Amino acid sequence: MLTSRQELAAFRADCKAALSAQKIRILVCAGTGCVAGGSLDVYQRLIDLCNENKLSVSVELEEHVDHDSIGIKKSGCHGFCEMGPLVKIEPMGWLYLKVKTGDCEEIVEKTVMHGEPVERLFYTQSGRTYEKQFDIPFYERQTRVVLGQCGQIDADSIREYIAEGGYTALEKALFDMTGEQICSDIEESGLRGRGGGGYPTGRKWGQVRRQKEEVRYIVCNGDEGDPGAFMDRSIMEGNPHRMLEGMIIAGVATGAHDGYIYVRAEYPLAVKRLKNAIEQAEACGILGENILGTGFAFRMHINQGAGAFVCGEGSALTASIEGDRGMPRVKPPRTVEAGLFGKPTVLNNVETFANVPLIIENGVRWYRSIGTETSPGTKAFAITGNVKNTGLVEIPMGATLREIIFDIGGGIKNDEEFKAVQIGGPSGGCLTFGKDQLDFTLDFDSLKKVGAMIGSGGLVVMDEHTCMVEVARFFMNFTQNESCGKCVPCREGTKRMREVLEKIVAGNGTMEDVELLEEIAETVSKTALCGLGKTAANPVLSTLKYFRDEYMAHVIDKRCPAGVCSALRTFKIDETKCRGCSLCSKKCPVGAISGELKSPFKIDASNCIKCGACQASCNFGAVICE
Amino acid sequence: MEFDLKKIDAIIDSCGCEAKNLITVLQGVQAELRYLPTEVMEYIAEKMDISVAKVFSVATFYENFSLNAKGQYVIKICDGTACHVRKSIPILTKVREILGLSEDKPTTDDMMFTVETVSCLGACGLAPVMTVNDKVFPSMTPEKAETLINDIKEGKEVC
Amino acid sequence: MGYMYIDDMKVEFENEKNILEVTRRIGIELPTLCYYSELSTYGACRMCMVENEKGGFEAACSTLPRDGMRIKTNTPALIKHRRMILELLLAAHCRDCTTCDKSGACRLQELALRYGVKRVRFADHREEKPLDTSSKSIVRDPNKCILCGDCVRVCREKQGMGILDFAYRGSKMRVMPAFDRKLAETDCVNCGQCAAVCPTGAITVKDETDEMWKYLNDPKKMVVVQVAPAVRVALGEQFGLPEGANVMGKIVKALKMMGVDKVFDTVVSADMTVVEEAGEFLERVATGGPFPMFTSCCPAWIKYAETKHPEFINKNISSCKSPLQMFGAVIDELYGNDPERELISVAVMPCTAKKYEVSRSEFTKADGKRIVELSLTTQELANMIKNAGIDFANLEEEFLDAPFDMGGSGAGVIFGVTGGVAEAVIRECAKDKTNAYVKEMRDVGVRGKESMKEAVINVDGRDIHIAVVHGLKAAEDLIQKMERGEAYYDIVEVMACPEGCIGGAGQPFALNPRRDKRAKALYRTDNDMSMKFSSKHPETIYAFDEIVKGRNHEMLHVHYNKNEK
Repeated sequence: MLTSRQELAAFRADCKAALSAQKIRILVCAGTGCVAGGSLDVYQRLIDLCNENKLSVSVELEEHVDHDSIGIKKSGCHGFCEMGPLVKIEPMGWLYLKVKTGDCEEIVEKTVMHGEPVERLFYTQSGRTYEKQFDIPFYERQTRVVLGQCGQIDADSIREYIAEGGYTALEKALFDMTGEQICSDIEESGLRGRGGGGYPTGRKWGQVRRQKEEVRYIVCNGDEGDPGAFMDRSIMEGNPHRMLEGMIIAGVATGAHDGYIYVRAEYPLAVKRLKNAIEQAEACGILGENILGTGFAFRMHINQGAGAFVCGEGSALTASIEGDRGMPRVKPPRTVEAGLFGKPTVLNNVETFANVPLIIENGVRWYRSIGTETSPGTKAFAITGNVKNTGLVEIPMGATLREIIFDIGGGIKNDEEFKAVQIGGPSGGCLTFGKDQLDFTLDFDSLKKVGAMIGSGGLVVMDEHTCMVEVARFFMNFTQNESCGKCVPCREGTKRMREVLEKIVAGNGTMEDVELLEEIAETVSKTALCGLGKTAANPVLSTLKYFRDEYMAHVIDKRCPAGVCSALRTFKIDETKCRGCSLCSKKCPVGAISGELKSPFKIDASNCIKCGACQASCNFGAVICE
Repeated sequence: MEFDLKKIDAIIDSCGCEAKNLITVLQGVQAELRYLPTEVMEYIAEKMDISVAKVFSVATFYENFSLNAKGQYVIKICDGTACHVRKSIPILTKVREILGLSEDKPTTDDMMFTVETVSCLGACGLAPVMTVNDKVFPSMTPEKAETLINDIKEGKEVC
Repeated sequence: MGYMYIDDMKVEFENEKNILEVTRRIGIELPTLCYYSELSTYGACRMCMVENEKGGFEAACSTLPRDGMRIKTNTPALIKHRRMILELLLAAHCRDCTTCDKSGACRLQELALRYGVKRVRFADHREEKPLDTSSKSIVRDPNKCILCGDCVRVCREKQGMGILDFAYRGSKMRVMPAFDRKLAETDCVNCGQCAAVCPTGAITVKDETDEMWKYLNDPKKMVVVQVAPAVRVALGEQFGLPEGANVMGKIVKALKMMGVDKVFDTVVSADMTVVEEAGEFLERVATGGPFPMFTSCCPAWIKYAETKHPEFINKNISSCKSPLQMFGAVIDELYGNDPERELISVAVMPCTAKKYEVSRSEFTKADGKRIVELSLTTQELANMIKNAGIDFANLEEEFLDAPFDMGGSGAGVIFGVTGGVAEAVIRECAKDKTNAYVKEMRDVGVRGKESMKEAVINVDGRDIHIAVVHGLKAAEDLIQKMERGEAYYDIVEVMACPEGCIGGAGQPFALNPRRDKRAKALYRTDNDMSMKFSSKHPETIYAFDEIVKGRNHEMLHVHYNKNEK
């Protein structure tokens, strides 16, 4: 239990010494992605091997270590999930990819015992091998500030966080700054809420600070429900202390003494890491009734979601913490006046809080040097879908889509043609950009201009085999399933939009349906009760805007240009390519393909159920879909 | 059916009796019993002094609460955007086909498997993914799913 | 405080809590399906949207008026969106308007007409859900629910019951009791406020007018009707008469025209209740309790106490029957033994819970016959008058029947309004029977529309602590306060409905200021009457001396049975 600034300094020195005493550190990524790939087995195998070889291993930093020790740790997500499980070797900075337990022996033998790399585990791209993590194009083009320590430190160790300078910002906030100063610094830094609309964080804090009501709350929105987004999960799993530090600073700034973290149910590992981090911070005197001997009290609570996307909306989230149905309520009163339990509440998301310690520690000027004038700092995006490198990227605000998709993401998977990128998820305001918008810059204001929000930062890349009408249907199905049901436009409107889209996708759509769809979408976006409802129609509006010809093809020509909508597909056999092997006729579940061996086969269109089994089975690319 | 109300009491006591803890209590009960039986919800309502309709209301709002008993293995197939564009639906169709299930019939008669979809597991880099009792299986295909289910049936895969 | 511009008109606003209240005040009725000034703001129907100067849309029910604000209430865009919302609602709603109970009074129908919704472009694939007719008082038709949540909020916020709540979510969302049980299987107290606020036909009061017509047309039945105080100041509204007009004389005439044999005024038995309850109270004072003594007129309150506070049953709650049942006993005594014509005793009440009360085992004879056969609501009476084609507004007044043709005292009249029972009982307890004392009593604080009032009045040297509550939520709050030892009362009046029986769910639906007009009308009647003391009224004296004849306990008091559902 640390009870003064001096004690913290001494503790930090101790942690640093222990960390630098380790000759080799092996960081095994223990983010959800890598765990799914078997990284925990790799971790255990490495420890076992070190023990077998009588190598002095320190699994946890807390144990006092001698100079020859090897630290094997579970780190948080590196963000390069496609390539997991990832193992990083420090101080060399080597990054091994797709490590299997079978590789462990070689790693111990070569790397641990002889300091040599296992080259076959390095990343290769276009014939070049990259040994170090930050030389890899995926990382090289990123500016890793908020995600900086994710993957680099042991996510389960407060000592390592402190050794790396963690809680310096809290120390500064507690001992050198007033609440007012913190609020104004955050405001001057230009930090804007990362979860959606980009409201200035410092202004929000100031408003809570000025409320008459003495009981205030800090709430962290960790209900990252947008399909395709997982930045917040990676922070909670990979660097939980950074976020806790940001929340405690918010408490100091606003005079709040209780913080609530709302984590979605699908993130059990994040909950585990956070609980552990809270316990450690309490044991250190960094959380609790008398933080670092200052008399300032701050208690942290974790609420686990129970499966409702709408709880990402502020008032629904607070309702859920209060034990109620997560239904958004009308405003006023605003959350800053009467939020959680009817008290003034600061509600920010994980990434926003994780930015705070950096600003306090490095100063306003440093922060404003990154990003754009009106959107300073970086933004983390999760890039997924039909792109070569999927994972987490962090770039300064103002980068273009082209940079993210082609420079960092490595372009479209299988070198297909790029078609669209869906940004912000259904909650952030999903916009579907076409090819022409690739040089669009990503920041709060430019997105606002095109009627979208940065959302939680999910980027789903789609190639030419994606049908945009089907994508709109997919999103409408999602919002419809996740609508809380409170207001009429969202509850009934999304249902009817989905119906109309289903009709179009099934080949039964008419021009009137397209008009009706547009009409409903307009009413939903203008009249829905909450932000999620208002943006629920965006997938429809944006696909209608950028891909109207695809809708037309579906309703007028009864054709799906991407060949996705099965009702609108016709399979044909290209006689010039067919070798007459009969494989397709064997695979056809309804016996619609017939022909003589060694001469071209034919598909009977009246019997064909358009399942595509023939196309998948053909070895000569002779089955074409129109 | 009889339930051990002492266990329910313990869950309520550990969370606190205030209405704000209702969701946490329901989560505790669901973890214990794998679903929320009617009698237990009535008991919770009385003990926490919340109307039964409210408990029912909250329990039916959130996806994770189940009012019906679930199978021993809960298979969740992610249909988030990333998984969807990497073709997760054929996996769902396959799994349901193998187990003879549908949207309206999520649990096998022998109470072995329950099949559900989930909006996003946040493992988009590994799309498409499915989970079995929270264990994540990455980059799935219908064929891999079939093998996995067979492995579970034969006891080769423990989740 | 400030000025705003509504449709380019400069409008001053004061303490209005939202724009919708401001527009109402200047005579613009914005469309809404989910806003009630007396309930929390839900903001779900999105019909009351207004357009701001930037072309943005805001829901008037949940937007504060701001100085200098400019809004428009009826632009082409607004009309388009409102029409779409209505179309969406209608698509998910039963559209058999002609056969709906609520037709003509349905707000969805009214708004569809107002905005000219001429077509519904969506396929109807609703699943037909069964009606819940299990309750004695109300019928729930889930097919007509538009999920505005009005019933949920009134049940939770005013009655503290939470019988109805939302279940499931999104397009699967519905309103239902827990586990979709039938209302009769819940603790519902039959107050009917959910039906009163329901904008559509999803919750309606049980219609028993057909039975009534059957009795009226059966020469072998003698139909005797008693009419409760609150009915007379609300019925007129249905026939274009001024709000709060006392139309008792017209009611008598209309009932007679429909074939009712005798018409009495429940005010008479209210007077009897006053005498009995005052006697009971004074005896408790003499023997030391138990206190507080709760009033017993409201059947919803009795049922509430039975489930939530059984400790009060047959103890703190007065043993007096309700005025309805006291009159029932008197009427039965007078006409119940005619071998030629079977007595059918009917009450016209502002109340839906009375339908349940008349069916209770305590008020049923050994042979299963109810002492009061039917309890109709004010609304049902209005419908019957319309059925019969009676020109009610221009009807001549007619007198009540003997032997109660005077219609009771002023003390009995004020039973219809919150605080009235307590005031009448205390008026009766005091030895001072002068108008000066009546006046003093009037001003101690038992009158007024607040949901919880307390007063202290000195009665013959003893300070009597009175509490008056309406709404069961307010009642529960008061009980909790007493249990915590923070308050002590000698007598507590509880009425379940807003402002007492005048706001009963059987009445034409009324919020303030209309409800206040009803209250004022009842107090004015009391004021105008020369006879203000129940026990001094010759009809009361007649009833006790000639009919009850000392059988007070048997005829006028009740012991509640356990497990009555």
